[in-house]
Amino acid sequence: MEKYLYIALFAPLVGSMFAALFGARPKTVIAGLVPSTLLLISLIASSVLLVHIIGGGEVIHVEMMTWMATGDLYIPFGFVVDQISVTMMMVVTIVSTVVHFYAIGYMDHDKGFNRFFAWLSAFVFSMLILVMSDNYAGLFIGWEGVGLCSWGLIGFWYHKESATWAANEAFIMNRIADLGMLIGIFLIYWNTGTLQYEEAFAAMPGLDNATLTWMGIFLFIGAMGKSAQFPLHTWLADAMEGPTPVSALIHAATMVTAGVYLVIRSNELYSLIPNVGLFIASLGAFVAIFAASMALVNRDIKRVIAYSTLSQLGYMFAAAGLGAYWVALFHLMAHAFFKALLFLGAGNVMHAMDSELDPFKMGGLGKVMKASMIMMTLASIALAGLFPLAGFFSKDVILEAAFAEHHFIIYTVLLLTAGLTAFYSFRIIALIFHGEERYKLFGFHPHEAYKFMLVAMSPLLILAIIAGSFRTTFFSVVEEILSATEYHIHSHVTYWVMTIGTQLFVILAIAYAYKKYMSRDIKVPDGTSKMENSFKYKLLINQYYIPYFYEEYLVKSYRELSTVLWKQVDMKIVDASVDGIAGIIYGTGEKTRNMQSGNLSTMLKWMVAGTVAMLSLAVVFGLAVRYSDEIKTILSGLGV
Amino acid sequence: MMEIGLNHYLVLSTILFTIGLIGVMRRKNLLLLFFATEILLNSVNIAFAAISHFYGDLTGQMFAFFVIAIAASEVAVGLGLLIVWHKRHSNIDLDALSTMKG
Repeated sequence: MEKYLYIALFAPLVGSMFAALFGARPKTVIAGLVPSTLLLISLIASSVLLVHIIGGGEVIHVEMMTWMATGDLYIPFGFVVDQISVTMMMVVTIVSTVVHFYAIGYMDHDKGFNRFFAWLSAFVFSMLILVMSDNYAGLFIGWEGVGLCSWGLIGFWYHKESATWAANEAFIMNRIADLGMLIGIFLIYWNTGTLQYEEAFAAMPGLDNATLTWMGIFLFIGAMGKSAQFPLHTWLADAMEGPTPVSALIHAATMVTAGVYLVIRSNELYSLIPNVGLFIASLGAFVAIFAASMALVNRDIKRVIAYSTLSQLGYMFAAAGLGAYWVALFHLMAHAFFKALLFLGAGNVMHAMDSELDPFKMGGLGKVMKASMIMMTLASIALAGLFPLAGFFSKDVILEAAFAEHHFIIYTVLLLTAGLTAFYSFRIIALIFHGEERYKLFGFHPHEAYKFMLVAMSPLLILAIIAGSFRTTFFSVVEEILSATEYHIHSHVTYWVMTIGTQLFVILAIAYAYKKYMSRDIKVPDGTSKMENSFKYKLLINQYYIPYFYEEYLVKSYRELSTVLWKQVDMKIVDASVDGIAGIIYGTGEKTRNMQSGNLSTMLKWMVAGTVAMLSLAVVFGLAVRYSDEIKTILSGLGV
Repeated sequence: MMEIGLNHYLVLSTILFTIGLIGVMRRKNLLLLFFATEILLNSVNIAFAAISHFYGDLTGQMFAFFVIAIAASEVAVGLGLLIVWHKRHSNIDLDALSTMKG
């Protein structure tokens, strides 16, 4: 079985390096095909491992080699395939295989085709390291690796100012959070003496509550950055500057869920500190509704989907915070499938519309892009949580969990969010695919994507539809290591009222969205309508003025401070002292250059002078050594 | 009559060495520079021989022979170069010999 583990892990690395060989060359199809095929192999290997684990096989734990061994510190390159990591591996490999094949078509005309695949496969490798590592240090390596690849891929079109800006924003925000995470890891090492999950968790119940709380808080700060939770959320919407396959793979399905994975992986820690858990759940619920509200008005289809991702991450954290780790993991998996599908669909639309993203300029695309429409509609139904698609099973359990744990505020917020989710998802569906063909006014000639791209998307479509049926299997598999509570509402009546009520609520929201945005008199908003000038709209379209606040108060003041430090400290102290040393040496050289006059006679005189000087020094030192005792007594007499 | 001991030889050696050193520093004629160098080497030879005799150890005297041999070869090579130089430039003034200026 170890063999499969290594194949699953290293096939993407090989693919990445292969594509990197062609990095500087113009498009070479093989640079896309080989990494994609290798990922397919990785997917097959992961599936073998999945079958092994589902079949009740032992957890596979390998230690590839020692990484650090100094004193008491021992960190190996160890990998573990247990119920959690095999789920993550499946999610990562399925989505990335689909996205790789899809991207062969999507990046068809791009100059950076080969470079794209090198980065993308490197990302998958880092992500697999992240989920398969058996210790926090390895997790951190993967964590930073995905951060780096995300930076490279958001800023993939680096000639665009906005893309590089977004890439740097994402990178810097994650760095802030990673500091918290590092502190958390250090705390774990100091207090338990190890970074191996098993040993660290075993030592944790013996620690006092305050220490555990700090560990939990700092680790969660790391998770907040990677999973773009408030207040570190602004980077995710801006990250949509990257190519759409990247958004599908990294900023919807895998990397942003790493934070959730961290909380799930550290479940033994978080179940010891329920207060932090409650905070996580509350923050998750807040982010869910906060992001959903911003998605209501946004006029950029990718950003709407990004906010929706944010909102769904909020759901996952709400579940994880309440102790329903398996629910969070299950929603993570289901979400990965339908959200990646939604993004790839949006990619088809973008392609058809020459990278136009404003849904108000589209309309009626359903006639030319039937397949994309069906896929995106089904993905949106899954996202909205309608029976019997994937979202229903995963989201419904989160609501049940919140209800069963008697956190009614969280429950209400999440329920409202479910309605908002349905509304904004179908708002863009209606605007893109139905209604008047507004695109004709702008002179677009939309066309359906390549057939193989649609075929590549189909596994995600199937999974988005059927993933819900894995629920029982999934539960029985993960209950071995996750505190598995089946959430039952005590009375059957309440259960049915809740479920049907939620369903009706969601259906009403969908119907309202269709009614509002399919009508023939939808015009491209030009900033004059009453709605656009209302305070609510302005607040939402400006993302609650949070980016503005960051720019105005944090970035600008930091810039001022940096300017002062640059001009006063760096230029006047640091630079001045370094330049001063160089100046002294340079000046001495300038002065003593005259010695080298080329006149043999002068040079001989200098040579004699040097010899005499060194001889005198030798004599002085000799005397000093000879009479050291006497000198010491004289010095002590002087009180030195 | 005072007996002549090691110190006398060493003082003689020092005086000769100083004379040689001054010669090296002051002379502008290349030929006289060679003379000064010879004085330097031979002052050292005197010290070697004297000290060797003082300790009853022949190593010092052997070393003096080596120095004489090397001095001879140095003079041979040096004089050869000097003659070539003189043929080309028809003087052996040190101040004119400044092609080594860096």
